[in-house]
Amino acid sequence: MKNKVQREIPDEILSQYHDGGFQSVDFGHPTIQRVAPKVLAQTGPSKVVDSIQQVVRDTVRDGMTISFHHHFREGDFVFNMVMREIIDAGYQNLSLAPSSLTNVMNDIVVEAIEKGVVTNITSSGMRGTLGDAISHGALKNPVIFRSHGNRARAIESGEIQIDVAFLGVPNADEMGNANGMDGETAFGSLGYALMDARYADKLVLITDDLKPYPNIPASIQQTEVDYVVKVDKVGDPDKIGSGATRFTKDPKEMQIAKMVNEVIAHSPYFQDGFSFQTGSGGAALAVTRFLRQSMIEKQIKASFALGGITKPTVDLLKEGLVAKIMDVQDFDKGAAFSMRESPNQQEIDASWYADPANKGAMVDKLDVAILSALEIDIDFNVNVMSGSDGVIRGAIGGHQDAATAKLTIISAPLVRGRIATVVPAVTTVITPGDSIDVLVTEIGIAINPKRQDLKEALAKVPGLPIYSIEDLQKRAENLVGRPKPLAFKDRVVALAEYRDGTLIDVIKEVQD
Amino acid sequence: MEIKKTALAGTLESSDVQIMVSQGTNGLEFDLVSDVAKQFGEQIQATIEDVFAAYDIHNAVIKVVDQGALDPVIKSRAITVCQRALDQVDQPRWEVL
Repeated sequence: MKNKVQREIPDEILSQYHDGGFQSVDFGHPTIQRVAPKVLAQTGPSKVVDSIQQVVRDTVRDGMTISFHHHFREGDFVFNMVMREIIDAGYQNLSLAPSSLTNVMNDIVVEAIEKGVVTNITSSGMRGTLGDAISHGALKNPVIFRSHGNRARAIESGEIQIDVAFLGVPNADEMGNANGMDGETAFGSLGYALMDARYADKLVLITDDLKPYPNIPASIQQTEVDYVVKVDKVGDPDKIGSGATRFTKDPKEMQIAKMVNEVIAHSPYFQDGFSFQTGSGGAALAVTRFLRQSMIEKQIKASFALGGITKPTVDLLKEGLVAKIMDVQDFDKGAAFSMRESPNQQEIDASWYADPANKGAMVDKLDVAILSALEIDIDFNVNVMSGSDGVIRGAIGGHQDAATAKLTIISAPLVRGRIATVVPAVTTVITPGDSIDVLVTEIGIAINPKRQDLKEALAKVPGLPIYSIEDLQKRAENLVGRPKPLAFKDRVVALAEYRDGTLIDVIKEVQD
Repeated sequence: MEIKKTALAGTLESSDVQIMVSQGTNGLEFDLVSDVAKQFGEQIQATIEDVFAAYDIHNAVIKVVDQGALDPVIKSRAITVCQRALDQVDQPRWEVL
């Protein structure tokens, strides 16, 4: 069957999939029955156990679903420590359900797959050697990719039923009160991990800093925690915020950022009290800088900034240009430490952030979202998952979720090296074109034809050339040439869900 | 034309291509390394073959390390490496440019 974004979903996959193929970006108002975790009552006096080995032996059984968070990013030690014990103990047929997988986790996941320890994976994304292995058919069952909001939805609905969650934290007390904002390995918001804390049957905290009881602020509360394990080090502080916050000097990125700012500043949403989300890429950070200038000039203040937070956004809060930061994760130390000090920087969980199946998420109130793309096609569909060679190397993150904003801007260069970004059809559809409003490239912008209102609002802005997206695609092709189509095998190696749990696309095994 | 000496043109910077040419006896033998080989390998090779044909070179070992170069870049590097390999850098062959 072809779904609404014209992707062929094999019938044998669709028949096992209760939510069916992607239909609409409109979630509607269904009634949802949530699940609740099993609780083994205890009164303490302490939940501290000696070793990961012991807690794995007490909690993990063959066939279970285990989960982790990725807030330590490339500085994570916890994932490898726990998976080592699990592999060495010889468990089989586990499902791995982390909030995402970073490069530092790749090798041990590949090992776990080869040894039959892990037979199912759901994640926001994956890269490097793991993405390569999956794209070459290493795992028998297809990986399921879910956005951060969709993961929250799937956990609440029981589609992801977590048996044991292993959550690394920079601090905790003996009963399990913990937060992400204090200590040497502080990363700020625990946003994604809070879902696991609330819904896992068994919750294991792993920390290198045992605090006097009671430890506050307690983002994770003792009422949810089964075990606390003290280890030497949970992470490498230098790699937790690696590479994210850096002001670009790239003239192409600066040009894109300038035009993104023009689009925002001339849109009907640029009014006092507006809200926005930017990413952590070079262009996105530069946008924040230009936006600051526009806000000062026009005396406009934002009611909130959302999403993954960086130092430049925190600076806007301190300057009074942004009233509140709604913070699901922090990309750098500046943002992480400011959460501790600033009462206006609110930690939010993934459900509050972006889940469509609750009584209202932050993204529903979002005016402007600035997002990136590996590819965008002439129907405005966006790929952030598979590379130009068809290999998995990305993550949905909050892309589908934030794209439901009133003004969703994709900022991307027309070409990267010899690879066109604007293409006739994306390799993998992750975010449907229906939720994308404007594409900004270094040579000009394209507006989704269904947004005539924006076309009028942006028609006479100096220095903002407007093209049709077909024109931009042809200009890209004229520069780089027409690529030979990628060859794939028939076997499906990964499924991409839309945020409502329907199937938006499948990823097939690559042919080399 | 005979290759007079092993020659190199281009760098390993992104969007450039490095081409090394040495003597061969078995036609144009390509060794191509590129991140975009799947989509553009044949086009990269064809662009280089055209330049070598214009220089009348029919036997050579050609090692190409491509960093996502566009066609005009590949063509320029190919011309340069041919002139260097033929020891003709002082007499550019304007007609092939």
